[in-house]
Amino acid sequence: MNRIKNAFAKKQKNLLNMYFTAGYPRLHDTVPILKALSEAGADLIEIGMPFSDPLADGPVIQASSTVALANGMNLRVLFEQLKDIRQQVPETPILLMGYLNPVMQFGVDDFCREAAAAGADGVILPDLPLDDYVAEYQHIFRRHNLRPVFLITPQTAPERIRRIDELTESFLYLVSGPGTTGGANTQAEGVQEAYFRRIEAMNLRNPRLIGFGIGDQASFRHACQYAEGAIIGSALIRALEGAQDAPAAAAQFVTSVLN
Amino acid sequence: MASPTTPPPTYQQPNDRGYYGQFGGAFIPEMLYPNVEELRQHYLSIMAEPAFQQQYQQLLRDYVGRPTPLFEAKRLSARYNTRIYLKREDLCHTGAHKVNNTVGQILLAQRLGKTRIIAETGAGQHGVATATVCALMGMECIVYMGEVDMERQKPNVYRMRLLGAEVRPALSGSRTLKDATNEAIRDWISNPVDTHYIIGSVVGPHPYPDLVARLQAVISEEMRKQLLEKTGSELPDYVVACVGGGSNAAGAFYHFLEEPSVQLVAVEAAGHGVHSGHSAATSVLGTPGIIHGSRTLLMQDADGQITEPYSISAGLDYPGIGPLHAFLSDAKRARFISIEDEAALKAVAECSRLEGIIPALETAHALAALGQLGAGPDDVVVINLSGRGDKDLETYIKYADSIM
Repeated sequence: MNRIKNAFAKKQKNLLNMYFTAGYPRLHDTVPILKALSEAGADLIEIGMPFSDPLADGPVIQASSTVALANGMNLRVLFEQLKDIRQQVPETPILLMGYLNPVMQFGVDDFCREAAAAGADGVILPDLPLDDYVAEYQHIFRRHNLRPVFLITPQTAPERIRRIDELTESFLYLVSGPGTTGGANTQAEGVQEAYFRRIEAMNLRNPRLIGFGIGDQASFRHACQYAEGAIIGSALIRALEGAQDAPAAAAQFVTSVLN
Repeated sequence: MASPTTPPPTYQQPNDRGYYGQFGGAFIPEMLYPNVEELRQHYLSIMAEPAFQQQYQQLLRDYVGRPTPLFEAKRLSARYNTRIYLKREDLCHTGAHKVNNTVGQILLAQRLGKTRIIAETGAGQHGVATATVCALMGMECIVYMGEVDMERQKPNVYRMRLLGAEVRPALSGSRTLKDATNEAIRDWISNPVDTHYIIGSVVGPHPYPDLVARLQAVISEEMRKQLLEKTGSELPDYVVACVGGGSNAAGAFYHFLEEPSVQLVAVEAAGHGVHSGHSAATSVLGTPGIIHGSRTLLMQDADGQITEPYSISAGLDYPGIGPLHAFLSDAKRARFISIEDEAALKAVAECSRLEGIIPALETAHALAALGQLGAGPDDVVVINLSGRGDKDLETYIKYADSIM
């Protein structure tokens, strides 16, 4: 069974992928938030593995990572929390997103084994170089049936996009424009759309989800015109900050995007 | 584990993927890939162009003031009963070796068609050196600096502003050099087309460690000529330099790396003590991991979270070292010594009083290692005097009791 493939087969348009940081706002919010997101209608879920120095992330996700680490989140705790998740959330694909260093210290093979055992379907490591993935890690990912997701940006060359597409068996993560997560679109009118159309016209094998700077219903719907769906992260984290009932706030956020 | 495709031919040169032994590489998010790849494809060919070399050499001579003198420090020599020479990088324009690199990188940035320059800075010396060359070339300049460092290196903040640069505080983490580097990298992610990132040390993704080492290599190139003149041999017995990220050490070691008779000594900041929990002695406390796009030795916890370093010296307050230095440490080609804050402060006073030269706090760590070298009376010891102490005056006043 491949939950990612199933999700895209079940629904070809308007897929909502929700990102949140494990262990935020409180250590044991991870599973309740995950369940709430899934039940409220998120089609895929990315769990952020907090890192001290998240280079591709803007201030909101950075701050949530700092809080999560202070709460005691680490990979061992996360895998323990996710242990029975597939009894509670059987279908929704789960992707683990983070940075390479904590994964390397855990051991890539151990990480992949534990992640797969915990019910994860894919992994997003923005600072894992493509060549290193192919040379060192591809066979490990495959052995554990974990699918990597790679990023594509407006500057990614067409031949590199083709190569990324070839190496991918899940979806392509289209970064909407220059900048870290949670930033506003500062590009001139039409520039972003031209980029999305250019990628669409390449007729790639994998579906596409657009992320970075998507934060509400309007930006979600706009992005969905150019891809199979979109990814929201920072806006959810902002909604969770200071929430009395974090899972309820998460569910409410998803509802506000979808309805 | 990412391993080199071919073994490195020498200590000097990383392999084609930027590895020195097991250290190096380019662990960067896709957003940075085109920029770093553009630089990787062009840096060697641009630097080999006669027009580039001519302009670079001319600026080093007429603007930076090179060659910098190699000064025989007779009173320090008498004190340590050995033959000590000081390579006077403190006499470079802007007061430290950092400008050797920024002069080269700004010429490179121009040839790559970039119009906007960003940099990170710890002690502020690299920030000043970057702001300086940006003023010279009429380019926009933004320097990221940890909020804590802005406070402890105030004069350099004002110098950068006077030179027309914008200084942006890094407010995350320990608000020091590591965090300033994170913010500079994030800026580059947000401005991928028009911006060149002038990294100030031999850190970061390939090709930066090699690029910066080559631009700083002029230090040891001059040392060899000057030593021949002064001692009759191009080769000293010891070359000593402080290491934060390691750019001045890389420059001072570069042309001696393949000379096994020359002992290379890298001096790290031990802060309050190597095992005090307040230290930046990466070669002792670090383990292999990834920081700022390269695999190197870094200070981290068991979960791979990067830990906060500490040193009184803003320029050495960094949880990693350049991959070349990690390799030199691993291969035992260089000896690593750690010096505590207090010993560094004492060395400031000693050098000031014995030689009439007030060194930077970073440099003082190298000077403080003199007593641990085991150098004999006939040995020639070259200390890379990487920077002058004017920027640290406030710290020296604050700790006057320990210094005097």
